[in-house]
Amino acid sequence: MSTAASWTISAVRDALRSKEISARELTKDFFARIDNRNRQLNAFLALSVDRAFAQADRIDAMIAKGDALPPLAGVPIAVKDVISTRDVTTTCGSKILETYVPPYDATAVGRLERAGAVILGKTNCDEFAMGSSNENSAYGPVRNPIAIDRVPGGSSGGSAAAVAAGLAVAALGTDTGGSIRQPGACCGIPGMMPTYGRVSRYGLIAFASSLDRIGPLTQNVTDASVLMSIMAGHDPNDSTSAAVPVPNYNAQLESPLQGIRIGVPEDYFGEGLDPEVREKVLAGIALLEKLGAERIPLHMPHTDYAIATYYIVATAEASSNLARYDGVRYGLRVPSANLREMYKKTRERGFGPEVKRRIMLGTYVLSAGYYDAYYLRAQKVRSLIARDFSDAFQKVDAIITPTTPTPAFRLGEKTADPLQMYLADIYTVTGSLAGVPGISVPCGKTKAGLPIGMQILAPHFEEGRVLQLARGFEKAGGFTI
Amino acid sequence: MKSGGYILKISREDVLRVAELAHLELTPEEIELYRGQLDEILSYIGKLEKLDVSNVEPMAQVLFPAPDDRQPELRDDTLVPCDIADAVLAQAPDAAKPFFRVPRVIER
Repeated sequence: MSTAASWTISAVRDALRSKEISARELTKDFFARIDNRNRQLNAFLALSVDRAFAQADRIDAMIAKGDALPPLAGVPIAVKDVISTRDVTTTCGSKILETYVPPYDATAVGRLERAGAVILGKTNCDEFAMGSSNENSAYGPVRNPIAIDRVPGGSSGGSAAAVAAGLAVAALGTDTGGSIRQPGACCGIPGMMPTYGRVSRYGLIAFASSLDRIGPLTQNVTDASVLMSIMAGHDPNDSTSAAVPVPNYNAQLESPLQGIRIGVPEDYFGEGLDPEVREKVLAGIALLEKLGAERIPLHMPHTDYAIATYYIVATAEASSNLARYDGVRYGLRVPSANLREMYKKTRERGFGPEVKRRIMLGTYVLSAGYYDAYYLRAQKVRSLIARDFSDAFQKVDAIITPTTPTPAFRLGEKTADPLQMYLADIYTVTGSLAGVPGISVPCGKTKAGLPIGMQILAPHFEEGRVLQLARGFEKAGGFTI
Repeated sequence: MKSGGYILKISREDVLRVAELAHLELTPEEIELYRGQLDEILSYIGKLEKLDVSNVEPMAQVLFPAPDDRQPELRDDTLVPCDIADAVLAQAPDAAKPFFRVPRVIER
């Protein structure tokens, strides 16, 4: 019988098919674990108990009849609270949506549920996905299950913590500037960001529309591949959803790494990188070479401008996307004498400091007189950053970097200085801006036992290659290097 | 926060103007706090000025132009039923079907 942290998709499949456990019992088991640990971790904001058990019972009925089971039958999954779930509160970690109950499911959620997944509930996150530590949630911070005085990373901190603590087999997160990969690294689990447009954004409550992506946080690489194969693919409800065929990720997963050219950009190994992180990631790269990969040095000259570019583009888009929270149609409304007062009072009360800061920054860089100097210029630098990647991918098949400059920091350590917090994203925002897919895989721990993450990036729509490298690395013991 | 004779790039008026555009009502403490933080952030993002972008196109779309000449997918311009009014109004703070009722808009 699997122990607390080791239920995987295949373990669930085997246990259900052999009737070792029923889907209902497994679901009950997970809710008991959540009950046990959520007060400490604060990973979950809401539990969809009835929906979960209804699905579990449906799966158990199929098992009783001897029906063929769908690929995620009975698998307990958690969903980040910026992703719409029908009839289950979806707060985005904000007071302004405290009572919002979506009347529909996000496409990604619907696909998982139709594949048999049991949706356990909604996970805590930085407010409107803005943050790198899950300390910006209006519902309290999330603690890192590996070290509870430390952050789980953000903004998908709740999802990462839930998976790392065995409170869900897998979880959906979202990544705009690193918000799946960085929490994956902080909590010691794989976290995958698909190519922009690979997974539908329909039902994802928007932060930055040209950057947002939904992706999985999982116990292992195989599970990431399974979830990706179910969620990926064109959706007519998302106009930015790519009409590019989805390859069979699972089929490519176990292919050997012989001959794959891996690029190592010097720009990601400079000042500011923690020495223990450097040591482990370089060891990880050496392991990939031992597995047959060819290491090629790279220079990606615009890396240093990525944070500045990101915090102009993303905040500009956020200022536009968050204009809708005005008390008119949904969420919080502060009663007021007139409309303008209602807008201002509602937003003042409903938004937290980080959200306000980013809305103001975004408004500033878009405002008359500043648009050219900031926003237009940032869009041009974004082209340069994307070109760094397309140039690199002429020479290499994948790019390997650390995921974060340091392991998980302490709660409260960076909250006084927003810019310091932004700089935690330094290795992830580049891939975000370029639209490329990537994964963070565990790559050893520091002497103090804190997880370290190694990032693998690939060209657009090469998720299969990302997963193949990650799987080879995992099989060879890279996670515990 | 800055000290010792440093002049902030962003003025109090800038913060108020931006807050007005963004429909945010800030307290006096918030105005000062955000002014300092925004100033620090704007100074940092000013590093983009160092780059020569004279011959660079702005990146309006992430996936286009695509290397394989793939075009964005457009759907047919056909009407489909969209019977969502009740579900949407159910979320409203003050609904009076088919309207969202709000406080007085026009003052005079």
